[in-house]
Order: sequence, then structure tokens, then C-alpha cells
Amino acid sequence: MGFGPHLVLALLEGLVTAATLSLTALGLSLVFGVMRVVNVAHGEFFMLGAVIAWAVAAGFPGEPALGFAAALVAAPLAVGALAYASDRLVLKRLGYDPEATIVATIGMLYILQQAALTFYGADARPVPAPFSVRIQLPWFGYSGYKLFVIAASIVLLAATWLVLSRTRIGLIMRATQYDAETAQAFGIPVEKVYAGVFALGAMLAALAAVLVVPISQAHYLMGRDPLLLSFIVVIIGGLGSLRGTLVAALLIGLSDGVVSMFFSPTLAKIIATLAVALVLVFRPQGLFGKPAR
Amino acid sequence: MTVLLSTRGLKKSFGGLRAVDGVDFALETGEIRAIIGPNGAGKTTFVSLVCGRILPDAGTIVFDGGDITALPAHARVRLGIAYTFQITSIYPRLGVFDNVALAAQRAGGGGLRERAMAALERVHLERRHAEPAGTLPYGHQRLLELAMALALKPRLLILDEPTQGLSDAEIADFITLVRVLSRDATILLIEHNMPVVMELAGRITVMESGKVLAEGTPAEISADPAVQRAYLGAPADG
Amino acid sequence: MTDAGKAWMLHVALIAALFALHFVLPAYHHGVLARVMVLAVFAMGYNLLFGYAGLLSLGHAMFFGAGLYGAGLAAYHLGWSVSAAFSAGILAGISLSLAVGVLALRTTGVAFMIVTMMFAQAFYLATLHFNAWTRGDEGLVLQTASRTLGSLSLADPATRYLAALALFSLVLLLTLAVVRSRLGRVLVAIRENEPRTIMLGYDTFAAKLAATVLSGAICAAAGAAYALLFGYVGSTLVSVQYSILPLLWVLMGGAATTIGPLIGTLLMYYLVDLSGGPLDRLLPGWHLTYLGVVGVALVLLILFFPKGILGTVRGRWLRWLP
Repeated sequence: MGFGPHLVLALLEGLVTAATLSLTALGLSLVFGVMRVVNVAHGEFFMLGAVIAWAVAAGFPGEPALGFAAALVAAPLAVGALAYASDRLVLKRLGYDPEATIVATIGMLYILQQAALTFYGADARPVPAPFSVRIQLPWFGYSGYKLFVIAASIVLLAATWLVLSRTRIGLIMRATQYDAETAQAFGIPVEKVYAGVFALGAMLAALAAVLVVPISQAHYLMGRDPLLLSFIVVIIGGLGSLRGTLVAALLIGLSDGVVSMFFSPTLAKIIATLAVALVLVFRPQGLFGKPAR
Repeated sequence: MTVLLSTRGLKKSFGGLRAVDGVDFALETGEIRAIIGPNGAGKTTFVSLVCGRILPDAGTIVFDGGDITALPAHARVRLGIAYTFQITSIYPRLGVFDNVALAAQRAGGGGLRERAMAALERVHLERRHAEPAGTLPYGHQRLLELAMALALKPRLLILDEPTQGLSDAEIADFITLVRVLSRDATILLIEHNMPVVMELAGRITVMESGKVLAEGTPAEISADPAVQRAYLGAPADG
Repeated sequence: MTDAGKAWMLHVALIAALFALHFVLPAYHHGVLARVMVLAVFAMGYNLLFGYAGLLSLGHAMFFGAGLYGAGLAAYHLGWSVSAAFSAGILAGISLSLAVGVLALRTTGVAFMIVTMMFAQAFYLATLHFNAWTRGDEGLVLQTASRTLGSLSLADPATRYLAALALFSLVLLLTLAVVRSRLGRVLVAIRENEPRTIMLGYDTFAAKLAATVLSGAICAAAGAAYALLFGYVGSTLVSVQYSILPLLWVLMGGAATTIGPLIGTLLMYYLVDLSGGPLDRLLPGWHLTYLGVVGVALVLLILFFPKGILGTVRGRWLRWLP
């Protein structure tokens, strides 16, 4: 294979990464934007989505499409319910204090990893793809499922976007984000909005995981990379800016595919991590955001 | 008399709003000067520029003959500019004594304990030195902040709406206190309470829309028709 | 006795008690306590920044790591003596904390936490990337021969315990002196109300930088001691877990207390230890690891016990505790 086809392959892989990363990072960004909570356990909601997808798919042996469809519904619902409960039981009691909630979500991260280890085990397990079509491109064949992941992510992102920008729910969320106290004064049930947003953020991560898990595998420590990458995306995109998050996810996803094809992945990660730290120091509004106020 | 503080062409905008718009100002050593003006006139922004909490877009600030325009706030405090916040700012979880000791420690020199207690005595809080500052009633918290400023031994003391939220009796005590303080320090105060201004200030500066509208003695200011239109609201003869 | 007198007496008594334990503890617990004292130094370094200055870092593993690798690499590859390697570790910690402090202290709150976490992540990845020198996860084992101080072998349990105790005592008394000093009072003032502190004429950036470097140097001393006393240098010791642990130890023992870090480290060490042994036998098949213990401890502490053990003791009974 020549350089050109190599690049096309890298770009396609990058698009797959970018697609699921956008969903995951959008969840993190929503939670931070509306609630000002940095959810360090976000990667574990992703992991739980994958593990639950495996459990659900295992209930439909020989029918991968049905199992996948069931997982696509069940995993986000279960993870969303769990996130809702943890908001009520933990975050709300802390009064959403930024530092205390970080400590608490670190604790949740460990608890969820322990729970997965206890109930699911230490093995990495595959989930069968719902279909196994190979699309023949001029230079190589490519997994039809991966193309489906890109398409499905775009649909889900568009749906989220519509909800946020066109519906009453979105309006209430934006009002709460803009000024929680005033929103409360106008009769918006801010606490319910917070719990809902926390659940929605976790559901987006779980959805991304269900899409990813036929490509990679379910494992109790798989939440670490998505968490770190989502952090990078949210910071580069500007904390709390949804548009910035999407642009950054595309950028990071694509460059991740391309860079790791040509450089040592660890070196690429080191440079990316340092770059992100410096962005936060010198341009806290993100590369695409406007300065605050 | 010598000029302690002066500003020339001082400007600061927030977004499109010109909060301070070309202020030339001079303050003489030993004065008690009041700055008055309607809400949003730029008074707090102006004193924040003077004490360095924000940096100006244009213009210069000279204190005691030296240009301090680019100095960070903490360095200006060291030169002798003390500032009490518009919204009381103390260390609520530390003791009353510790609050003042932090100021006295920075001013330097020996006898930290004596100097801190002396500052507390001047505002009559010495008996409450062991209490957490946050448990003091509001009026006493304002006095505590004043004691912190005193312990710094300032040459210029900037008071931002010091009588806000005080009772009439507390205001009377406050006026006496400021008179005593003015023997050692030049005083610049932003104040809405006109009787306090009329009683304390040697001169008054009136600001409006980020500019200096008028300046003079209390008698001159209350007779100035432009000030009456802009700020006092009604003509003097009713 | 004055409060200051009581405080110094208490600290000296604690050191004496730890010295007495050297002669009575059974071998296993003797070994645990040696390790706990080194890790408690790490916690004390963290506490200086988090407890007193109110700066919550999520990246202190890199300062521990600077000492660990600074000393470990110097001893392993360059054959430096114990004292030279130990100094190299501390120097590495000072340089790194100075560089990180200058950058990270431009941010506050949540951004500060994330920036420190990112720098520590880059440090961790670097130990993996340069595995020609570090051997990454597998790590380096320092030979006993390279761990001798004069005629004393640091691999010997008794010497190891006393060396750990010496470092611990030094750092404990240093911490006590710092928090009672002018700098210590300014750090607390910054934690309580930074704008007010600036307007009292303090250069708060300089004070925070000083605290960061002091904290970095102490944590690096712990890392260097860990490498030289226990003879192992590996990437797992600088992973994100080792940024979270000192936070947990300090929270449990009591933030902004001088002795809290030791109490928190000791308790958590035994709790995690229990999860491997007795708890595992109690709940077979649960695969209980440090994950569950640390997670539950963090959530419970922050929800119900945010002042930690000594913080609560100070609040209720002993107001003079430093």
C-alpha cells in the first residue's frame, strides 16, 4: 500500500475515533457546562456502557443484530439511571462544590472499576458486531460496521444538538447554565435539571461505548483513555462550549489516527497532554472559545 | 501642601462600557476627600485602578512622586496605599486577632502582638480578639477591616462605601474614628451617605459616566447647579 | 504550657513513640511502618500545598516520581552513592515543581487541578516512553550493593526503619516550623481569602510558588527515599493513582494538620492491606482490591467527614493542634 491509501485508512480510523469521542466528550462538556462539575468518573460510565452491552448481547446468542439493538437501548438507560442516583446521593449533598465533587467523582471512578471487576471480571471480552459487511474501496476493504459507527454518531450528535437548541428541555438547560439562581427564581427545578444533565452526560458516554465495543473489547479498565481524551477535547474546545467540543473532537480524533500511524503513540500522547496543559494555562477559554465576559 | 496622589488621563473600559473615561485627579497629603456620584459613575473602578486591583487601559498614576501605573496591587500596598473593600472582606474563619496580625506582620517591625492589639483598640474590638471573625456582627466586621487597614500604617487609606449597612450610632462612631485617623493618613472615601460626606470631607469630587463632573469644598459642591442636576436630583431652592 | 510548647512536645513525643516501636513491633508490621513513614512524608508534602495553601493538585505523583527517578536513575545507571543519588532526587523535585508551579499557578480552582493532572500524566507517559532507561512498568531493581551508606545497608530492615524515621522526623518538624512561620500564616491567609491577602500587601503568587517548590521538594525526598530504601523504581509508582493517594491520606488524617498525614497514610495502608487478605477471605470471588477500598473511603470522607480525623479532633477538643 502506498502513502495515499495509507493516509485514507488513517483518516477513516481517525473519523471513527472522532465520532465516538465527540459523543463521550459532549457528555463531559454538558455536565461541566451546566453544572460546573468536572466528572472524573465519566470514563467509567463509558466502561459500564460497554460492559452492560456485553452482558445484554450475551443474552441473545447467535443473533448479534438483535443483541446489539437491545444493548443500544438498555446500556444508556441503565447507566443514566445510575448517574441520576449518584447525583442525588452524592453530588447534590456536596452542594455541587467544584473541588468536593472532583474528589467524590474520583471515588466513584474507583468504586465503579471495583464493581466491574467484581461482577464482570478482569477479562477483556468481545461483543459481536451486528453485521459483518466489508465495503471494498479501490485500495483496500473496510469494515462496514465502522462506517456505520460514524453515521450513527452523526445522527446521535444531531439529535442531541436538536434537543439542546430547539426544545424546551434545551432552553431550560441553557437558562440553568447561564445563571442557576435566576433560573431557580423563575421556577426552574434546578436540582432536577442537574440530575437530568448528569444522567444525560453519562448516557452519551454509554452510547459511545456500545458503538465502540464491537471494534475494541469490554474491559474494566477501558474507561481511562476515553476520559483523558475527553478532557483534552473539552479543554481544547473551551470548557463548556458545545460547538468547540465538536470541533476539537474532530481535530483530536483525526490527528490521533494520523499521528499514531506515523509516530510512537506514547510520544504523541505526551506531546498532546503537555499541549493541553499549556492551552489551559495560556488560553483557558480554549482554542475556539471567546474570552469569558 | 504636597500632592500625594495624582492621575492623568486614566481610562478603563469593560466591553464597550467606558467605566473610567479620562480622569485627571489630584489628592493632597492630609486631605479627607470624598468621591460621590450616581451608581455606575465609575467610582469603584477609579479607586480600584488607584490601588491596583485592575490595570488601566490608558493614563498614568503617580503616588508620592513615583509612577505606580504598572505596579501590581501588593507592591502598591507596600508603598502605603490601603484599601477596604466595598463588600466587607475579612478572614471569617480566622480569629479577630489573627486577621489584624496578618496586616501587622506585613507592615513589619517588632512587637507584632502589641501593634495588632493597638489597631484593635482603636476600633474598640480588643475584647473580642479571640473570637472567629465570621461570628462578629456586620458592623464590627467593617470595623475589623478598618483595623486591618490601620495595622498596615497606610499613608493613603481608601474606603469604599464604609458606612453601608451600619446603624446610625455606628456611623457616628465611624465619623469620629476617621477624624482621628486622618491625623496620620490621607483619606479617600467613596460614600453615598451625604450627611457623612458633608461632615467629613474637606473636598468633594463628583463623578458621572466615568468623568469628573465637579470638584470643590462641600459648600461649593452643594451650590453647583450641574451637580444638583446630575446627582442631587433637585434644585436647591426646591 | 503555651500552645506552641504543647505542639512541640506532642511532635517530639510522636517521634519518640515511633522510635520505641522499632524495638517492639513484629517483623511484618515493622516493615509496614517503615514504608508508611516514607509515604507519610509524601502526604506531608502534599498537605503543605493542599491543606495549608488550599491548592488542590491532582498531579503530585510527578514530584514523588521526580525524586524516585532522580535518585533511582542516578544510582542505577550512573552508580552514584546513596547521598549523591538522594540529593539528585530532591534537586529533580525542586526543578520540576518550580517549572510546574510557574505555569500551573497562573490558573486557579478546577483549571489548576486539571493542569497538574495533565503534567503528571505527561510525566507518567514519559517514564513509559523512555523505557530504554526506565524499563517502564517492569521498572528497575536497585542492587543491595548500590544501597549502602558507609557500612550500613539500607536493605537491612533495622537500618531501613531508622532511616525512614529520620526522614519522617525531619520533615515533620520542618512542617511544624513552616506552618508556624510567617510563610505558613500567609499560606493560610491565601486559602481563606486571596484578594484580601493581596490587598494586605502580600505577593501571593510568590508565596504560592514557594509552597509549591517546598511541597515538591518534600514529595521528591519521599520518592528518593522510596527508591533507595525499597530498591524499586517503576512507572506504576508515578501513575495517576499516586496523585490521588496523598489526597486521600491527607483528607482522612485531616487537611492542614501536621500529624494528620501520618494517621491517614497508616489507616489507609492497613485498610488496603485488609482488602487483599481477610476481606478477600470474607467475600470470596469479589476480587476486592485497593480500587473499592479507596473509592468508598474517598466518597464517605468527602460526604460525611471532610475535616478528617485530626481536623475533627481539633474542632471539638484540642484547639491548639497545629
